Amino acid sequence: MSERFVTRGFVGRRGTAEGGADIASRIPPGQYLTTDFPVLSAGPTPRTPLDRWTFSIEGLVNEPVRWTWTEFLALPARDWTVDISCVTKWTKLDTRWHGVSVDTLLEHAELDPAAAFLIAWSDGDYTTNLPIADVLNGQAFVAYEYDGRPLAPEHGGPARLVVPDRYFWKSAKWIRGLRLQSTDEPGFWESLGYHNRGDQWLEGRYSGD
Amino acid sequence: MDEDRTMDPVAEQVLDGNALAGTLAAAFGSDMTMVPGRCAHCGTVSLVAELRAYVRAPGTVLRCPTCDGVVLRIVETVEATYVDARGAAHFRFVRR
Amino acid sequence: MASTVASTVASPIAWQLATVAAIRVETPTVRSFSLSLPAWLGHRPGQHVDVRLTAEDGYSVERSYSIASEPELANTIEITVERIEDGEVSPFLHDVVVPGDRFEIRGPIGGYFVWEVTLGGPLFLVAGGSGVVPLMAMLRHRARSGSGIPTRLLFSSRHAEEIIYREELDRLAGARDGLDVIHTLTRSQPAGWTGYRRRIDDRMLAEVLEPLGISARVYICGPTALVETAANALVRLGLPPSRVRTERFGPTGT
Repeated sequence: MSERFVTRGFVGRRGTAEGGADIASRIPPGQYLTTDFPVLSAGPTPRTPLDRWTFSIEGLVNEPVRWTWTEFLALPARDWTVDISCVTKWTKLDTRWHGVSVDTLLEHAELDPAAAFLIAWSDGDYTTNLPIADVLNGQAFVAYEYDGRPLAPEHGGPARLVVPDRYFWKSAKWIRGLRLQSTDEPGFWESLGYHNRGDQWLEGRYSGD
Repeated sequence: MDEDRTMDPVAEQVLDGNALAGTLAAAFGSDMTMVPGRCAHCGTVSLVAELRAYVRAPGTVLRCPTCDGVVLRIVETVEATYVDARGAAHFRFVRR
Repeated sequence: MASTVASTVASPIAWQLATVAAIRVETPTVRSFSLSLPAWLGHRPGQHVDVRLTAEDGYSVERSYSIASEPELANTIEITVERIEDGEVSPFLHDVVVPGDRFEIRGPIGGYFVWEVTLGGPLFLVAGGSGVVPLMAMLRHRARSGSGIPTRLLFSSRHAEEIIYREELDRLAGARDGLDVIHTLTRSQPAGWTGYRRRIDDRMLAEVLEPLGISARVYICGPTALVETAANALVRLGLPPSRVRTERFGPTGT
């Protein structure tokens, strides 16, 4: 394999993390620390009015469940502080959210025993896929507040999925529902070269990894 | 900035097909910016250069300037470039 | 990890090594880099190059930069780069690169945002900030070819000190060969300023376009917001959309 020409003096944006070893251990392989919150989007920001917004659980459930915005806000919710990592290599520590655990949401539906995978679908036709086992037991939540304020549209508001242990493309912005399936179905980026599971600690970025 | 306040941060960042010219030329073997494509969603014909490009994402999405439908999706992994062209009903390559 | 060594075969899609021959400071935040390329095939005014930088561990980034120079210069091209405060590439180019350094480029690229004298005019160029770069290649080419095609450049900058290529534009306009350069400064204006003093809008475009008429070929380049405003306004004024060509540079700029 031939070698790439190395540009003298270029290191890129990656910096060294301040705060020593315990900070460094929180940064997954190949990532760099950022203090801002980059806005990445594959399309125009959706603008569903709150009086038309609903969140659904459908697919392999006994009966589909649907909440209006008011009903959704009435669900038991809590604060979450988590580290997040984007496949474009930035990691942000101690992000603060408020929202509903996916456990709580799924408890309102009777899951068919064959339900093994979940497709998160969003306004703007975005989808991402997760095994159900990856979103239970506090591993995922639907957030509607970030940093003590209503979640801004460019960051996925009114509500987005957050799955801290996966690259952030799995944390679907503008989420409108979860569809339970017995078979897996690669989502928007998973179907075009990105890793199906996207575990940042195993550095599963691309489908060959 | 008055003008910027009327545009959300995502809209301000939108580029066009010119920004993908090198990537698409390397993938297809020649310049694609002047190739007209018909949007599979609404039928509008646009040059690839006129498609609206969302480049700040895990990959790039090129959208129809009329209906915002996805025309092209592009991902560059370490080894390869993936192009999903299902959003284009066709591209028209004029023979010279 | 797959990598490729820079090629010495002349091809617009192959990476080749450019050597920095000279660096010129245009404004406090803008520099021009003259690059010598042994296997350059020539370019058309308005085209760009992709630049690729690679760190020792293999991490690499790419950026596109419009070619500022005219095709009439052989084996040398010039790119003009605005230093973006939290950018990854432009601070490196400004702060680290010195003459003699080399980096990979690919190009020339693009057939859409191109103007040559053979396409004719009248020619209406609209620029915001560093969006003037590809239009400068067109103006330099126009001057070299001795063309008298009626041409107007409407150029938006924030402050007078930030006007890129100001002296050269004054000189080109001073040649009285059919080129007018009209400036607008959006944030501050020096004492005695007689140019426009606001963001480009419908009324300004109508006024500046008027002597050229709606048969003009139009090229608009700069921040996305400016490009959208200008393109929409010009189509409303009656220009056929196919004669209004646009290149969006993203959120930075005026």
